[in-house]
Amino acid sequence: MDILVIHLFNALLYASVLFLIAGGLSLIYGVMRIVNLAHGNLYALGAFATASAVGQWFGGSNSVWLYFLLPTGAVAAAAIGAVLEPTLLRPFYRRPEEYQLLVTFGLLMILEDVMRFIWGPYPVSATVLFEKMGSAQIGEFIYPRYNLLVIGIGGLAAFLLWAFIYRTRFGVVLRATSQDMRRASALGINVNAVYVQAFTIGCFMAGLAGAIVVPGQSAVLGMGVDALVLSFIVVVIGGLGSLEGALVGALIVGLLREFAISTFPELELAVLYLIAAVVLLVRPAGLFGRTT
Amino acid sequence: MTEIALAHPGVRSPLRTAVWAVPIAVLLVVVPWLLDSYRTIQLEYGLIFGIAGIGFNLLLGYTGLLSFGHAAYFGVGAYSVAFMVKYLHVSSMELFLLGSIVGTLIVTAVFGYVCVRYTRIFFSILALSLSQVLWSLAFKFFWVTGGTDGLRVPTPKLLGMAAGENEDKTYFLSHGYYYYVLAVFVICVAVMWLIVHSPFAKALQAIRDNETRARFVGLRIRSYRFVAFLVSGVFTGIAGALWVPLNGLVTPDAMVWTFSGEIVFMTVLGGFRNFTGPIVGAVVYNFLKDYAVGFTVYWQTFMGVILVVLVMVLPTGIVGSAKLLWGTARRRLAR
Repeated sequence: MDILVIHLFNALLYASVLFLIAGGLSLIYGVMRIVNLAHGNLYALGAFATASAVGQWFGGSNSVWLYFLLPTGAVAAAAIGAVLEPTLLRPFYRRPEEYQLLVTFGLLMILEDVMRFIWGPYPVSATVLFEKMGSAQIGEFIYPRYNLLVIGIGGLAAFLLWAFIYRTRFGVVLRATSQDMRRASALGINVNAVYVQAFTIGCFMAGLAGAIVVPGQSAVLGMGVDALVLSFIVVVIGGLGSLEGALVGALIVGLLREFAISTFPELELAVLYLIAAVVLLVRPAGLFGRTT
Repeated sequence: MTEIALAHPGVRSPLRTAVWAVPIAVLLVVVPWLLDSYRTIQLEYGLIFGIAGIGFNLLLGYTGLLSFGHAAYFGVGAYSVAFMVKYLHVSSMELFLLGSIVGTLIVTAVFGYVCVRYTRIFFSILALSLSQVLWSLAFKFFWVTGGTDGLRVPTPKLLGMAAGENEDKTYFLSHGYYYYVLAVFVICVAVMWLIVHSPFAKALQAIRDNETRARFVGLRIRSYRFVAFLVSGVFTGIAGALWVPLNGLVTPDAMVWTFSGEIVFMTVLGGFRNFTGPIVGAVVYNFLKDYAVGFTVYWQTFMGVILVVLVMVLPTGIVGSAKLLWGTARRRLAR
């Protein structure tokens, strides 16, 4: 029985991280209809930034304050997002989708090298945060407390995002822009500002995912590219542009992956992609997608 | 973008095509004597990717579907050859080509059946996801595929003839094999030329430009897209089969989705609104990447910047821009 609880926690852990990445991707698509292929790199960048803030600059210190450095990665990714949207992406909203994908693919290549340039080819880690929290006793097993914190952050992020989008004035503006950009613009909404803000929030989420992952595992080059493809699966299952979809998709992928790993590990990834394909066959727009 | 397609009807007199096609063909034939073996092999890679490029472009340029998963079909072609070597002990290049055509045909039939139900971004993502299924299988089933170590492929027999006993492998690859690749390349280009000038491709273009009208005219859209997908995949598979003996090894990297991105890159670099664009793009891309990799470890930045600038400033690619310049120059001269 306890082993089931452990599996469930692992699934939730994975789902929390995936939700943050895929949620950001989905939010950006929902508002500006752009699939950002470099989104995974912002996740990796968040991981690297937090790892160097915690592990390298303040590696010697041992205080609880280190935990306040955790969001460094999220802030770094958000800052980059705020710069990228107006400079690189804005000229492409009127162009066909192929060009948007290509320009973000170019961005992916550049960001990958930027990280190689800043942090070098070696893994960077911030394990001190992971070790400091120790382990919790669950039945006869022990489980790292830090993982529980990640699950908590994932849940909190989902709740805050929901509150932000459905309970604030800015959320109304965001949804209006997403539904009909021209009409929103005609009603006096500064669409360009909304785009920058939405893109920044999306990048913040990706960066946060990287930041909370990095105490548990090292930041390595190429982690962004892998994460992007996984978050594609999530948004394909949940529906591109839907945050509820991203949440449900992340939970499905998290549970399925945990199940696949414990039963037939070789098929772990293949199962996920196949599920995505099956969902697309049955419900083309994803479980929560809008058909436009 | 439809105006571009309409402005150039695409059918030209064979004589005018010959004016530039013949010198290029002659040049390609004498290349092994003009360039050193290293550059010849780079050009060989370029020609192979050119086959993948024209296959890919049947979908992107003519059907309007952007596949971010074409590395899968390239990889299936390559792995078909490697499996034939490992399990069937075949060494004939013709059988390799045949085997990889059959292999990619099966895979593209399954994937195509799923993918062509969608268009635009959903098509791209679905193609990408499905290609990653194959990548993960190649990656995880190491006892079949060799995992990340890959599978080795020795020098094949060309037209039943093995390479000479004491023939240097580099010499073989840059001469005998070069002509083999060139021959297959010419056949592929000729076949694709016939395809894109057939009523079939005109129907694809009609579907690309206006799906609803094409349906009213009575075109069965999904089956047209499906056939285009099949042809496109098979061309890419042939490229994969030709690539393995040259590379000597196939690893899951031949299937990973960023390699699909490179195929897209090549096609856009050359220009996807015309027939020769992908070929020019593939050759140029290959030399460009080779140069960048030799020049700096940050070659990805170099290529990424080129891609971004290209998409921003020259969306019609090298060939498209050259045609535009040529047209302007001619009008100036005529005045």
